Amino acid sequence: MRTSADVVIIGAGVTGAALAYTLAKRGVRDVLLLERRFPCAGATGRCGGGIRQQFTSESNIRLAMGSVRIYEGLSEELDYDIEYVQGGYLVLAETEEEVALQREAVALQNELGLPSRALAPEEVWEIVPLFDIRTIAGATFCPTDGHANPFRVVEGYLRGAKRLGVELQKFTEVTDLIVRGGKVTEVVTSRGRVAAGLVVNAAGAWSKRIAAMAGVELPSRPVRHEILATEPIQPITDVMVISLHTGIYFSQTAHGQIVGGIGDPAERPGYNIRSSLRFLLRFLRELVRHIPALGQLTVLRQWAGLYDVTPDAQPILGPTPGLANFIQANGYSGHGFMIAPKVAELLADYIERGEVSEDLARLSLSRFEGEVREEAFVVG
Amino acid sequence: MNEPIVCRCEEVTLSQIIQAIEEGYDTLEELKRHLRVGMGPCQGRTCLPLVARILAEKTGRPLSEVMEEISVRPPLAPAPIALLLGGEDED
Repeated sequence: MRTSADVVIIGAGVTGAALAYTLAKRGVRDVLLLERRFPCAGATGRCGGGIRQQFTSESNIRLAMGSVRIYEGLSEELDYDIEYVQGGYLVLAETEEEVALQREAVALQNELGLPSRALAPEEVWEIVPLFDIRTIAGATFCPTDGHANPFRVVEGYLRGAKRLGVELQKFTEVTDLIVRGGKVTEVVTSRGRVAAGLVVNAAGAWSKRIAAMAGVELPSRPVRHEILATEPIQPITDVMVISLHTGIYFSQTAHGQIVGGIGDPAERPGYNIRSSLRFLLRFLRELVRHIPALGQLTVLRQWAGLYDVTPDAQPILGPTPGLANFIQANGYSGHGFMIAPKVAELLADYIERGEVSEDLARLSLSRFEGEVREEAFVVG
Repeated sequence: MNEPIVCRCEEVTLSQIIQAIEEGYDTLEELKRHLRVGMGPCQGRTCLPLVARILAEKTGRPLSEVMEEISVRPPLAPAPIALLLGGEDED
């Protein structure tokens, strides 16, 4: 392992991998990527793989739209198939309030150039023929949303980054950060010390602990989200379905499996990632309610991962107030995979040229000093 | 092709596994994510002991250490959804 690097990135999930590649592509090649376990061991390798642009906050919509533009060409750019499927996202509403919220969201999304639209329940049949439309009051659809294989996205980025000189060290845990003169100067790891020009905290739900090593308090907390996969079946849909009402989301992977999860309002913050029977039954009940035919399948596997949740459900990005060379890239609140490619570009703009874009400024850690406005669509 | 298949569910061959280990996927969890070994209907009951042995031989690490790396994920055998929801009220 090298003993110094211009940029040290902590965490080899999608955020760290995308940033390492993007920096190297622009010529910032003295990059060391540190991973406590192995690439994709955390939330990225446990997520549903959805890539959605239908959000309610302007910055989330813009970041996601920017990401989709990158995802569209990523297999080709990385010369590695990321199994990207642009089959659209169907967002379900069950109450009139949710339908009204959707109407507002679509208006903002359209204003920003997103081709989302409101659907009557009958129109949902055309998109997911097996759907029981009696279960919904309305829906929205955006045909340019989609999903990809998270393992392959990270792998593609890492291969690209390594070709350009980035060094990845797995099974290397960061144990301390040394701060001198308003900067993080050194990263202490389980395998030695590294002098750093700049340090990026992309450690997902563990970012809070990494930040604390430099005396920085992040307002985020880890929250378990569970997920499962059924047996593979013949292709029935390209669409990712999510519900504003219950927080269920599911799609069919390139492999044919139905993969999905459901949020649980009773979940307490913490680092527990055990699987529960409660989740299994809650998810299946909702899945089969919407698409009864899926009741014929078997469940192969369930697992869990951690959302890194901030008070406004939006990420914490960019330089840390008081520690200009300590860059935050965390707090994604369950949406990191969707926006990582665009975030990597914005962070690279800052690292390469000191440029702070409007979105980066808006998502700085300093925003929590004032009043916060929450993203309303926190689903997979 | 007469190549031995190690993971029958996902049709992963012996040479694919050896190549992946040589490329640096040198833990069971990484091999699983990279090649999908053990992610099919048998959930690794057939192939993971074989993959673990290949991995131990290639890396010179003890088999017991290699086996410890894999996490067990429920349900242990494919579980029919209808059966799981069977006790619940139908509407």
